[in-house]
Amino acid sequence: MTPGLWELVLRGVWVTVQLLVFSALLATAVSFVAGVARTHRLWVVRFLAGLYTEVFRGTSALVMIFWVFFVLPPAFGWQLVPMWAGTLALGLTYGAYGSEIVRGALGAVDPAQREGGIALSFTPWQRMRLILLPQAVPEMIPPFSNLLVELLKGTALVSVMGMGDLAFSGNLVRLALQESAEIYTYILLLYFVIAFLLTRMMRGLEKRLKAGVGKAAPRREAVAAEPAGAGGVR
Amino acid sequence: MTWDWTAVSDFLPHLWDGLLVTLEILVLGSVISFALGLVWALLMRVPSRWVTWPVGVVTEFVRNTPLLVQLFFLFYVLPEWGVTFSALTTGVVGIGLHYSTYTMQVYRAGIEAVPAGQWEAATALNLPLRRTWTAVILPQAVRRVVPALGNYVISMLKDTPLLMAITVLEMLGEARLFSQQNFQFTEPLTVIGVAFVIVSYLASLALRALERRLVH
Repeated sequence: MTPGLWELVLRGVWVTVQLLVFSALLATAVSFVAGVARTHRLWVVRFLAGLYTEVFRGTSALVMIFWVFFVLPPAFGWQLVPMWAGTLALGLTYGAYGSEIVRGALGAVDPAQREGGIALSFTPWQRMRLILLPQAVPEMIPPFSNLLVELLKGTALVSVMGMGDLAFSGNLVRLALQESAEIYTYILLLYFVIAFLLTRMMRGLEKRLKAGVGKAAPRREAVAAEPAGAGGVR
Repeated sequence: MTWDWTAVSDFLPHLWDGLLVTLEILVLGSVISFALGLVWALLMRVPSRWVTWPVGVVTEFVRNTPLLVQLFFLFYVLPEWGVTFSALTTGVVGIGLHYSTYTMQVYRAGIEAVPAGQWEAATALNLPLRRTWTAVILPQAVRRVVPALGNYVISMLKDTPLLMAITVLEMLGEARLFSQQNFQFTEPLTVIGVAFVIVSYLASLALRALERRLVH
């Protein structure tokens, strides 16, 4: 490994991190919109949000990426730069998984809280913003943390489209060195380190948010990671 | 947006070929992940840090790194070490190994959910350790976790297209080949997108039926 090749890898790390941040932001926005929409009182809104979730959860992230790269441009005349195309595909796919988390956490809030809001004649939007979400959001953090690691793993898929992320830089170095064991070990280790930092960060966030609503963070032994699809389709 | 139905009908034979390979990967990958996951889960219960620590580290590592890079690793590194598999075999082993680190947690939860009284009864009956596991604990644990395992089969289905990156011609690989030969991207890619939604929906229906039967 020469310094030049390391620079290539570092540039790959940077692209992966950027893609991760952008698609995580999009996925969070989408999952809150779709998740809250699934508790809406109009059935049309519930149905549309449910349809979005089922379609995007049912198909594969890599197929979505291909679709955004190859079908969207001729079909709608949009030619997205690879970064935004990747962000769009990953954000929408993982947003669909996230919307299930949001819906589940909203449903798990004690019904008496909602009834209290009605008794105090809060509007539905006030109930959501002031009562339900502050209590539901801390509960969402552990599953969102797992989903974030899944999203990190998902960002590697854009390398198939030739985007210069961490996985892609690994392929370039393999071609340059004609030797694969070393570089792929480094690449895997780098992904592992990023995943580790992400889970640490989310743990801190959970602690902060739980303190905000007067709950202690639980001991973490029992929380098991799940892949994006797990618990999903049912 | 132009939609060409003749492209769809031209693509259909390739779709069936690809679907067959996808299902083959899915079945073999599931078998590997179920078996290997059980092995990991049992090894994690060995009362020795010299066993649980390495197994824990390795599985945690595999679970938190991208399957795509793991597939590249297996595909390019194993031949350097003198082990040559076909692309399909490599892919099946890779996906099975990756998901075994998830199924292991499912098994662990299932084993922990077996009531302590069952363990005590096995001790009281003086059953040897082997019999305790095969005749008492595992039958109860595995029955409990079948639905959770099924969910992982469905998420594995959605990871099978990754094998395209190591030259396996499953559904996405077939679609890509077809589009590159005919310069028609819209139809094949949309068709396989829909195919994935349908297959995973059918799989979730089957899973729900299985779950109901296990409950009753």
